[in-house]
Amino acid sequence: MSTPVTTSTPAPARAAIPAHQRGLGGRLLAAILTPGGAVFVLAAVLLIATIQANPNFGDPGVVMLFLGRTAPIAIAAIGQYYVIVSGEFDLSMGAVIGTQVVLAGNMIGEDPDKVVPVTVLMLLVGAAVGFVNGVVTTLLRVPSFIVTLGMMLALGGLVSYLTGGAATGNPVDEFREIGRGRFENVPLVEFLPYPLLILVVLAIVASWLMRRPFGRNLLAVGDNPESAERSGTSVWWLKTRAFMISSLAASVSGILLVGYAGVHPSVGDGYEFTAITAVVLGGVLLGGGRGWVLSAAAGAIALELLFTLLTVKEVESTWRDTVQGVIIILAVAVAARGWQAGRRPRGSARQAPSTRIPTTPTPGTTNGDN
Amino acid sequence: MRKSPLLRGAVVSAAALLVLAACSTDDSVDDPAPDAGADPETSESADASADTEWFVQADFDEQDAQRSATFEGDDATPWLQYIDGPMTDTKKYATQEAQKVCFANASISNPWRQTGWITMNQQLKALQDSKVIGEMETRDAQDDDNTQIADIDYFIAEGNCDVFIISPNSTAAMTPAVERACETGKPVIVFDRGVNTDCYTSFIHPIGGYAWGIDTANFLSENLEEGDKVVALRILPGVDVLETRWAAAEKIFKDNGIDAVDYFTGADPSKIKQIISDELVKGDVKGIWMDAGDGAVAAIEAFEDAGVDLPVMTGEDEMSFLRKWEETGLTGLAPVYSNFQWRTTLLAVEKIVKGEAIPSEWVLPQVPITEDERADFLEENDGMPDGHYAKFGGEDLPGYPQVWQDRKIP
Repeated sequence: MSTPVTTSTPAPARAAIPAHQRGLGGRLLAAILTPGGAVFVLAAVLLIATIQANPNFGDPGVVMLFLGRTAPIAIAAIGQYYVIVSGEFDLSMGAVIGTQVVLAGNMIGEDPDKVVPVTVLMLLVGAAVGFVNGVVTTLLRVPSFIVTLGMMLALGGLVSYLTGGAATGNPVDEFREIGRGRFENVPLVEFLPYPLLILVVLAIVASWLMRRPFGRNLLAVGDNPESAERSGTSVWWLKTRAFMISSLAASVSGILLVGYAGVHPSVGDGYEFTAITAVVLGGVLLGGGRGWVLSAAAGAIALELLFTLLTVKEVESTWRDTVQGVIIILAVAVAARGWQAGRRPRGSARQAPSTRIPTTPTPGTTNGDN
Repeated sequence: MRKSPLLRGAVVSAAALLVLAACSTDDSVDDPAPDAGADPETSESADASADTEWFVQADFDEQDAQRSATFEGDDATPWLQYIDGPMTDTKKYATQEAQKVCFANASISNPWRQTGWITMNQQLKALQDSKVIGEMETRDAQDDDNTQIADIDYFIAEGNCDVFIISPNSTAAMTPAVERACETGKPVIVFDRGVNTDCYTSFIHPIGGYAWGIDTANFLSENLEEGDKVVALRILPGVDVLETRWAAAEKIFKDNGIDAVDYFTGADPSKIKQIISDELVKGDVKGIWMDAGDGAVAAIEAFEDAGVDLPVMTGEDEMSFLRKWEETGLTGLAPVYSNFQWRTTLLAVEKIVKGEAIPSEWVLPQVPITEDERADFLEENDGMPDGHYAKFGGEDLPGYPQVWQDRKIP
């Protein structure tokens, strides 16, 4: 009792950061109760429900196949997260994927030597698309909704010009291996698909990035662009980088999808909405400023699990779009309220005024605290 | 009392489950689970014994018979063969002048149409050299009914056309526009998909969707056991030549106790792969039926990825399927929706210009490629791209084989 005098005295004066107030268990519980944390619970519940509906889904090989094919969606969701958390939208994602898929099909063809240069080119194209989206949104002040919608149409037109709307041949197997290959004979899980490993690596990079000043500032810009700008943040460059990350993520998805599925101009259709649904299902606040990047990836997995469960339950696939639409609306509504729960000690906000009124009579005051 | 955080958290996870629950309830109403081994009578979809929008028993029987019909003309030029029937007299159109042909095309948005379009353009070159056709003006409706109606009306009003060629986007919507073209008194040739009128000079098409469905479903039924599961992959709804393929196949599957479940894929390989991998988790899939070969490779790859036995499968005469079929050695059949009809259309113009009678309904041969014939077709089409169709019928045209190998869309 004698030594902690110095540390214990300031404690009551200023409370610790709310997030650090409780023990590990308490913090974990608090995290789970936010929309960003609940999605992990949701994914687990959906996985259990799917396995219950059809025990074959519990087979490790099946789970690995599922995660392998979900990886491109999760990667797209991670990319979309950066844009959404900064307060913008990227609707051009699906079109970027389609463009990359067609580029791979047309430019690599049967020549294994072209795999590396064309992959580099595809990533450059991805970065360039994101740069244009970002610059037009921030410097020309066109709403990102319109900019990326325009980009979607422009790229869609380019793809139909290049292909006439029909499939071209698949590129060499060496290139497709990236999205189709796997490490065999892995203990416990039978095998590990390359796309899943790529997802894990990108998820680690993404969460590291969000802890860097870039990530912190991005959240700040999404939360309150004016104050972020006044505090010296270069908003245009910050948001432009978010758009570039989004387009690059879409490009990686495209590369994986060429391997997983093959070349067809319809590959990537609707990915922008799937990614946005995944992000909001992951509890990320539309309008920016709140949400965790890993929750976005978990949102993608939960969404695909939900679709798988619907398939297992023999629900007509035509319901898929309806389900997705309802989820978007519900998740946005819940997320807007949900972030107040758990993470913030509601006590301090609410108790303060209620205790102040009876304890401090403040005679003579008419305006009070209102 | 403030709202408990637990409650809020629960709402989040409950939200999606609620959606799920809502849909599961509909499930029992709309889709009486086509489970493996279920009584085929309770399977989904229309009762095939009665005529429906896409199943007309009389048409089914007619095409069933046509599969073994005798075709007039030389077997070496199947694109000029036809089943004997009523002829249209074209003497009044006979002329020495090079004609202006106006072509209202539905689209070139799939490999089959692209291959046909290339062949048609090479046939056009041949007919331009022989001064039968002066020029061909083409308008591509890009799969849109309204665009095609506008295209046809433009041709009627300002096209200065001598001959109309129409490849309808959809059956019902295009009928009035085709009738307007007929009213001009100029020859009108309709090919591929049909219309609900017979005002045309000639309607050119292979035997049809029922014949496709009969060939493929019979093949699968012969190679599978009763109760086996077949996954049917369909491109899109609402197009007669595709709907009748499935209508005929579905009837035969039902008659043979094959448990068939159908999906629309839009030919998207990622969708196809997902559908099949989910089906494979649910249970064994013994057969794959496709209403078009586009995406067949993705379907086979899904079996490879899951590490299970390859299915008995019907694809199409698209090179990608023929190659994968040979590589994997699966039991298969490549039904054919004769691509050479695209050149028949222009050859019909030549006959009209010469005043020769042509069949009012020009039914072209439609013969599937069997495993025994596969090697020959692969060899003949060596070097052709994956989207090429083996029975494209352009071997004697200018530019063969380079133009088809390059596959530059004109």
